[in-house]
Amino acid sequence: METLPAWAEWLASALILIGAIFGLIGSVGLVRLPDFMARLHAPTKNTTLGVGGVILGSIVYFSASQQGLSLHELLIAIFLFLTAPISAHLLAKAGLHLELKRVSRTRDYRDRPEQYSDRD
Amino acid sequence: MLNKIFPAPRLSLFLLVFWLLLQNSISSGLVVLGAVLALLIPLYTHRGRDFATKIHRPLKAVEYFLVLLVDIILSNFNIAAIILLPRRRIQPALFEYPLEITGEVPITVLASTISLTPGTITAEIRRDGRALLIHALNVADHEAMIQQIKTRYEMRLKEIFKC
Repeated sequence: METLPAWAEWLASALILIGAIFGLIGSVGLVRLPDFMARLHAPTKNTTLGVGGVILGSIVYFSASQQGLSLHELLIAIFLFLTAPISAHLLAKAGLHLELKRVSRTRDYRDRPEQYSDRD
Repeated sequence: MLNKIFPAPRLSLFLLVFWLLLQNSISSGLVVLGAVLALLIPLYTHRGRDFATKIHRPLKAVEYFLVLLVDIILSNFNIAAIILLPRRRIQPALFEYPLEITGEVPITVLASTISLTPGTITAEIRRDGRALLIHALNVADHEAMIQQIKTRYEMRLKEIFKC
């Protein structure tokens, strides 16, 4: 282990902790929320801050312990920003087309639901 | 002529930055190799890009990104509160969002933005491509939410892409 300045150690640990807490909350959300569509919200949002915190912690740690800035962690963030909405979209689409059960208080404002179906 | 050997300057720049981030260091050898790759890869791939889009207001795009970043962080807290507060009755809703912008790239950016921000997910695009179907985790007034998305994101995108 290289020695780090104290501030970097504190900052990196705080960021990693924040990331871990949000990751945990996202997973708890998967269990607690009532139906498929609602459960989708937890992992798509909370992983961005969860992974983001860990990534920032990693940047702080490696920038402080080695010479120079370490930024290749940012690539993970870029890929996550690009892929998280798309996977959420595909899951939501699948859920809609299979007509999965929704909690009864979900209000549906679609005028013509068949506009969104692949069935002809 | 310059267009032929250098078809996508922005893609080239992106590839070069990407390459340097991957290597995680800057030395002259790496920059040269990266520059060669950044020149060759667009030559090989740009014919497949049939959705070329022009960013008319780069500064606005940066502003959009910052607004989005702040909103994503807020949305994380928002969702965390909904998950953790005991037995809070959530009011999910499915509603249509009428699109004003056109073009594949702007609509994709807007749909991704909606998925990343507070309590909303883009589930589907209508067959005619003029509306998005949004699932909201907890919404009291969906008309207000539509207005908010419109002013906060869609109008900005409209300015950025001029569409």
